[in-house]
Amino acid sequence: MAQDETGRDLGRHERYRGEYPIVVEGLKTAFGPQVVHQDLDLKVRRGEILGVVGGSGTGKSVLMRAIIGLQTPAEGEVCVFGRSIAGSDPQQDIGIRNRWGVLFQGGALFSTLTVGENVEVPLKQFYPDIEPELRHEIARYKVVLSGLPEEAVSKYPSELSGGMKKRAGLARALALDPELLFLDEPTAGLDPIGAAAFDHLTLELKETLGLTVFLITHDLDTLHEICDRVAVIADKKVIAVDTVPNLMELDHPWIQEYFNGPRGRAALTAQALDELRKHMDEPVAAHAVKALDKPPAGKA
Amino acid sequence: MGGFAEFELVEGDDGGNVLTLSGPYLVSTIGAIDQDLRALEGPISRIDLSAVSEIDTVGAWIATSLSNEHQAEITGASDRAERLIDALEGTRAEEEIAAPRLPVWKRVPQAMGDKVLGARHGVYGVVGFLGALLIACASLIRHPRRFRWLALVRQLELVGVSALPIIGLMSFLIGIVIAQQGAVQLAQFGAETLTVNLVGRITLRELGVLMTAIMVAGRSGSAFAAQIGTMRLTEEVDAMQTIGISPMEALVVPRILAAVLMMPLLGFYSAGVAIIGGAVVGQFMLGIPFWTFLTRIQDVVPLYDLWVGLIKAPVFGLIVALAGCYHGMKVKGNSEEVGLRTTMAVVTGIFAVIVIDAFFAVFFTEIGWG
Repeated sequence: MAQDETGRDLGRHERYRGEYPIVVEGLKTAFGPQVVHQDLDLKVRRGEILGVVGGSGTGKSVLMRAIIGLQTPAEGEVCVFGRSIAGSDPQQDIGIRNRWGVLFQGGALFSTLTVGENVEVPLKQFYPDIEPELRHEIARYKVVLSGLPEEAVSKYPSELSGGMKKRAGLARALALDPELLFLDEPTAGLDPIGAAAFDHLTLELKETLGLTVFLITHDLDTLHEICDRVAVIADKKVIAVDTVPNLMELDHPWIQEYFNGPRGRAALTAQALDELRKHMDEPVAAHAVKALDKPPAGKA
Repeated sequence: MGGFAEFELVEGDDGGNVLTLSGPYLVSTIGAIDQDLRALEGPISRIDLSAVSEIDTVGAWIATSLSNEHQAEITGASDRAERLIDALEGTRAEEEIAAPRLPVWKRVPQAMGDKVLGARHGVYGVVGFLGALLIACASLIRHPRRFRWLALVRQLELVGVSALPIIGLMSFLIGIVIAQQGAVQLAQFGAETLTVNLVGRITLRELGVLMTAIMVAGRSGSAFAAQIGTMRLTEEVDAMQTIGISPMEALVVPRILAAVLMMPLLGFYSAGVAIIGGAVVGQFMLGIPFWTFLTRIQDVVPLYDLWVGLIKAPVFGLIVALAGCYHGMKVKGNSEEVGLRTTMAVVTGIFAVIVIDAFFAVFFTEIGWG
């Protein structure tokens, strides 16, 4: 069972009210002799979108797997909703597993089930007392809520495009109305329009459903647009957790390269342009947008 | 604030009926109450949510469904409920959850027709695959440097060497069973000594190779199908083709060659171990000394029995490996297909081996190797 901040078990109709749904302390994970994390600490605040960034192979996905209990930590403690994940009795975990939804990188949809049936799987697993009629209705609206067309409900995953698979995976992650949502590179492999739409959807869901989102991403636009805070993983630990502007002030070489490299600056400019466009009626802003949209010749 | 979702239908002061929902309206609590809410008889003019303690999209969904059905107005919604109800606007869909399916009386004949028509494609497919294999072999003979020795050695190990323990154990036990059961029957004619003939001839000629082929189909044929099938799903086979590597040469030829080369060795090994098993029975049950049993084998088993076994073995190996690789390459779609194709590889492999074995039996008897 999930516990509140005082250690009391939460009833299944109660939402978690504590400040930190995810607390990771002194985490060490290792594959044989290869150590991935050492003394990693991280706290995720309730109701925020926490972006997690780091170079390839720094163990972002491994951290997520450790938090959701797929990877046993060698040392340290991972608490989700106030209760330790590691080595706990799977029967007791039920109170936690139905409070989170996970979107894996490739969608990880069950390939022998249609999209609608995929969304129904967690519902059947945790709430068998829901009648099929209502369950079908829930599956349908979750699929539409995730931004898929209605016809996608009866399609098999192999009939969907990559972006649609991600959305279907999101629909399954949202099936139980979770309080905590894990997204592993949700916008990787999507076209810019699709990626922006997915970002928008994530933000909207967070705001309407009151979600806490743990978001692994490489997408600088995502970080600028929707993340409340960003955790940077380097040197086997979380070296900083802060808002993007504050992170850019930091004097760490990797962070500087990441946010102030060519792509980082492009994302920043794009965001600044967006902001300016919102104030287009003001003459100064309109002028600035024109100037930024057409960079002077010879300075491409 | 209770832990259960409840509702109450009362006549309101403005004449219409008011449905008051109270308690948590969540996915975890809705199951108990949903049917009762659906069964409510109208008219309902107002749905009051002010007593709802917790709500999620499922609760909001129920409220909007009721409101649509009875043309009722929703009142007393909290901010959160309001937001959720807004978010659900326009998400009502009618699409069936399950994939479209024909009724049974249409589906069964159609499936049967598909099978019958598909059988022809299957024959074409296998013959075509055999042709592609021969072309790949021919081109490898012309360009021997393209041949993948490493892959071949690896497959020889997987198909042959690592199968030795299980095939040895199986053959030893079969040898014991044949000798023991044969001796019981032959004793009725006072011919227990003929047990040597029985064990020697049947294992070298028939059972050694046949049982080995079945074991290889189960071990290696299935592995070929599953491995190549998974590689197809993950687009590894496509990637090979784009790099200019022929999957036929890189994947299929080493596997088939390994099975063809290993089957005679495994078959002979199997027969040998079975004879040893028979000799053990001879020693302990029939009073035939162990070494006498083995030397008698040389006298009573004609040499052509050995040749019959050794000629059949590579053919069986070819069939089993061909079935495995063919079905592996045919995988497309999803993981279920890998399972289906693996099963088909083993079943068709064993079936074809037994059919061909019957032909061989008649053939060798006709040419005088009876």
